[in-house]
Amino acid sequence: MSLSDKDKAAVKLLWSKISKSSDAIGNDALSRMIVVYPQTKTYFAHWPDLSPGSPHVKAHGKTVMGGIALAVSKIDDLRAGLLDLSEQHAYKLRVDPANFKILSHCILVVISMMFPKEFTPEAHVSLDKFLSGVSLALSERYR
Amino acid sequence: MVEWTDFERATIKDIFSKMEYDVVGPATLTRCLVVYPWTQRYFGKFGNLYNSEAISANANVSKHGTTILHGLDRAVKNMDDIRNTYAELSVLHSEKLHVDPDNFRLLADCLTIVVAGRFGSAFTAEVQAAFQKFLVVVVSSLGRQYH
Repeated sequence: MSLSDKDKAAVKLLWSKISKSSDAIGNDALSRMIVVYPQTKTYFAHWPDLSPGSPHVKAHGKTVMGGIALAVSKIDDLRAGLLDLSEQHAYKLRVDPANFKILSHCILVVISMMFPKEFTPEAHVSLDKFLSGVSLALSERYR
Repeated sequence: MVEWTDFERATIKDIFSKMEYDVVGPATLTRCLVVYPWTQRYFGKFGNLYNSEAISANANVSKHGTTILHGLDRAVKNMDDIRNTYAELSVLHSEKLHVDPDNFRLLADCLTIVVAGRFGSAFTAEVQAAFQKFLVVVVSSLGRQYH
């Protein structure tokens, strides 16, 4: 299920409309993930405060969306473009790749809430494919 | 048996009391058929599903989307026994309709996203958690009679 030219154009267009809110998106998506999927808290045991919108959650949401921004810029070759991030997730962070799907879903929910007009079914399918591609690229170095 | 908190019960009742079935139902099924196009395999008799515009405009899709959403009403009324409430429907989907039960999960994800879009900021993390827990139970019950 690789990205067609139509998908890439749709993702870039949607990103151009939502990127100025990327900090807020990251904060809400991450906060939501921790509440809706409590098992994800296991990765953040070293943070003193896991409540939604706390400084650690906010900062990390920003980091994650920075990764998404990078992925948009490398949309023509996600595997190569995200190799360093993949190494980090594989060897240092060791996040179970199942969680990429969980966070992707939370990102989609937040975008649906914040940008109901722009998040058409067509934009949805392209973004879903893109996030799946990002998740796959992040898993590249795992084994 | 599934344990529901007072908050979860109240949240589910609240969401469905405010549900715009004629908008959310069609939008959800449309999104499912567009975002996961292989789900179109079950709707060969529905006519033109050629692209997302056609799917959005398709009267059969709209009608069926509303039907599916109303199908959740019984679970809302019987939250303490969703499993038995859907036993017959599960058999139907397995033996007659031959629907891969993974599709229930895909449809549930689309419903969550559409409801989030309608409710906006009212769809808090806690509300999402309750809604998704409800849908997980529904999805599990619908898949339970498959063998």
